[in-house]
Amino acid sequence: MKKIKKIKIRLNGKLKSVNKNISLLELTNNIKIPFKKVAIELNQVIVDKKKMSKIIIKNNDRIEIVHFIGGG
Amino acid sequence: MEADKLKKDNFIIAKKKFKSRLIVGTGKYRSMTECAKAIKVSGADMVTVAVRRVNISDKKKPLLMDFIDPKKITYLPNTAGCFSSSEALRTLRLAREIGGWKLVKLEVLGDKKNLFPEMIETLKSTEVLTKEGFKVMVYCNDDPLMAKRLENAGACAIMPLAAPIGSGLGIQNKINIEIIRSQTKLPLIIDAGLGQASDATIAMELGCDGVLVNTAIAKAKNPFTMANAFKNAVIAGRQSFIAGRINKTILGKASSPVKGII
Repeated sequence: MKKIKKIKIRLNGKLKSVNKNISLLELTNNIKIPFKKVAIELNQVIVDKKKMSKIIIKNNDRIEIVHFIGGG
Repeated sequence: MEADKLKKDNFIIAKKKFKSRLIVGTGKYRSMTECAKAIKVSGADMVTVAVRRVNISDKKKPLLMDFIDPKKITYLPNTAGCFSSSEALRTLRLAREIGGWKLVKLEVLGDKKNLFPEMIETLKSTEVLTKEGFKVMVYCNDDPLMAKRLENAGACAIMPLAAPIGSGLGIQNKINIEIIRSQTKLPLIIDAGLGQASDATIAMELGCDGVLVNTAIAKAKNPFTMANAFKNAVIAGRQSFIAGRINKTILGKASSPVKGII
């Protein structure tokens, strides 16, 4: 069986190992993120959520997923 | 005539009408349930919210949007915790992406101890955000000159502090607030530093259009009763302002007629 290659990314500041060639959509689906309630940034650029399936995660990508919390 | 004035006394920010002149922060509550209940009691229809990382490892954590419906209560994304223009811009661009919010609160801090606003960075950010189509409510110092600059830069509301954030000291410089009031027609909202309901009344009596309160409600021994107190205090202060206070005199003026004294 062919071994799936892994890459390292930084997701919300934490190192994470993910399969090579997965899309941003697959990644967010895997971690069950409620799309409508978040914003996603890839290497400090805001991602258009409609295009996430076309964005392939690369080694060392920095992904930030943010939402609203209580604040003053 | 005063009754007419009160009826027509709308609170409008960036062309949007709000029912309550009390804006409430959603931080520092013991739970989301407590926060949601306090907001309900306060009557506020605008609340400030912060933008933070989603907790990837613990997704069972309750979400703010599940407790406070953004369709019913206007979310005002805030840049609390940002210490530079670039951080603030990044935060608000992300906030807009979450749900299309254009009405935002800009807060760029300059000192970790006193949490005073960094006004140079704040001014720069106001200019950039306004150009990008944001409606920016700006947290600022109680400095009339800086308030004017923010207005010229396109701010949609001026929000001077009463005192340092979370200090509960109440309005420290009434004169400056009055000067800012006299020079601007923009919504003027006291943001930060209030400690008790009467502080809100004073702000409204100075002619402010609204107040923004977080800690004073969230950290009160009974947040719900305090939320209600602030609600009433804001209404009382506004009515008092519209009614028009009597002139101050140093000497006494009898309330009862002198004529007919036995």
